[in-house]
Amino acid sequence: MPSLTLSRITKRFNATTALDGVTFDVAAGERVALLGHNGAGKSTLMKIILGLIPATSGAITVLGAAPGSHAARAGTAYLPENVAFHSALTGLEQVRLYLRLRGEPVGAAMDLLARVGLAEAATRRIGTYSKGMRQRVGLAQALIGRPRLMVLDEPTSGLDPVSRRDFYAILDDLATQGTAILLSSHALTEVEARTDRIVILSKGKMVANDTLAALRRRAALSIRLQVAARPGAADQVAAALKGGRRNGITVDLLCADDEKLAQLGRVTALGPLVEDIEVIPPSLEDLYTHFSRRDGQ
Amino acid sequence: MNAILAVAGAEARIALRNRWVAIAVVMMALFAAVLSAASSAPTGALGADRLSVTVASLTSLAVYLVPLVALLMAFDAVAGEVERGTLPLVLTYPVRRGTLILGKFLAHLAILALAIFVGYGIAAAAAFLTDPRAAAGLPALLRLGWTSLLLGATFLGVGYAISAFAGRPGAAAGMAIGLWLVAIVLYDLGLLAAVVADGGGTFTRQVFPWLLIGNPADAFRLYNLAASEATAAAAGLGGAAATIPPGRALAVILLWPVAALALAIALFRRVEP
Repeated sequence: MPSLTLSRITKRFNATTALDGVTFDVAAGERVALLGHNGAGKSTLMKIILGLIPATSGAITVLGAAPGSHAARAGTAYLPENVAFHSALTGLEQVRLYLRLRGEPVGAAMDLLARVGLAEAATRRIGTYSKGMRQRVGLAQALIGRPRLMVLDEPTSGLDPVSRRDFYAILDDLATQGTAILLSSHALTEVEARTDRIVILSKGKMVANDTLAALRRRAALSIRLQVAARPGAADQVAAALKGGRRNGITVDLLCADDEKLAQLGRVTALGPLVEDIEVIPPSLEDLYTHFSRRDGQ
Repeated sequence: MNAILAVAGAEARIALRNRWVAIAVVMMALFAAVLSAASSAPTGALGADRLSVTVASLTSLAVYLVPLVALLMAFDAVAGEVERGTLPLVLTYPVRRGTLILGKFLAHLAILALAIFVGYGIAAAAAFLTDPRAAAGLPALLRLGWTSLLLGATFLGVGYAISAFAGRPGAAAGMAIGLWLVAIVLYDLGLLAAVVADGGGTFTRQVFPWLLIGNPADAFRLYNLAASEATAAAAGLGGAAATIPPGRALAVILLWPVAALALAIALFRRVEP
């Protein structure tokens, strides 16, 4: 049974429809990225899953229970976007409070803080923390008690590249142990490598729900060939390949997946005029733009 | 229970670091000291011991100050968390909303108890220094102490209810001060005006006693003055105090905190973060 099941979730705020018939599920041990532009409904969807606000219609099961029920909350960890804490408490005191609220031994607080790299700042007040440090307190509380479902809203915002890598390593660890993970992010490149499936929301509608490879196939976006010409030969190469010149030496070519080899053959035929070639598959950015625009217009 | 204590511990720390504990204690101590100094004139004419007189003065002080301190501590409880953005996260924990309110309540009540203890302690010490018969007033002082705490509990609950209802700290602060003004300051004046206008009619005999005792601050004052030998020293509502049985006033004092907390929890349950 999936850890999280959403079926035709719709949420209306007065006249505006924030979510419109969203249906997907997250299995145990699966990492699902929730993508969408600002106001696409990501945070609203998360709040509904957590039982903070009710859906207007549709059905949700969280760990086999109703959202917001004691059973659902006991197994779910949440990291809100721009997580906030009381500035007068220290990181250690804050995490100890969260441990006690989950009925876990408070002795684990220091370990949790060490795990997110906050051991040294643990006894300082959160008011003195940077945004990235507050975010890491948020991660520490989300790790309490080995949750079975994690809902993470922009979890890596404010984190430096090293912390991001450490963070995803922790997530991989949890996923291996069977934790279902739903996370939203703007950093598409990191999501690309670190998640199993991608759900794209656009203006409250779900426009994609698949693996990255499947989305690539469905979108059938062009592959980009970047041909670097020898100095002075750029015009010649551009004319021969019917491509657009990007700058002094590079020529850009777009081609469909099945034309790729033929195009490469034509490039190699130019021989010494070409210095280098790069094949760039459509990135998640391209896919994201493709799917969210297609539905938006 | 463990969760209530956890929330209470964190709230107490926050109040300590935000100087709320110091503010509450200093306020009570200052007013009690000033009252003791002011009432240090010879009391021979009254025939009562110095502590009983002090208790009568403290009663009229507490009726203003205790609700004010309680409301000041309580108005931020829910609205402040909404404003800071700390509420959504804590509401996803497997903790009942009533637990959060009760935890805050426990911490704030303890702070209030400390402030009352220090304030009344100073007043009592001053009385004992100047009058060897002061021990006679000790039961009255004790009664004033625990009823003050119940009065504070009522207004803590009312403060949380306002905080949950208002949603924003600014609005909550305004509503809390407005409520204090109406319930504590203007209420009696309004009743007095109505009694004068009525001229001893049905209102004065049938409605007025209920309106008077229904207000927790008045019930507090009536109960303490009716039970005190120094009623005459307090004047004002002494006449009214004589007509209302102290047991009824006590029931009101005991029921209000429960009702106020229940209202606060009910309103907090409706808050959507």
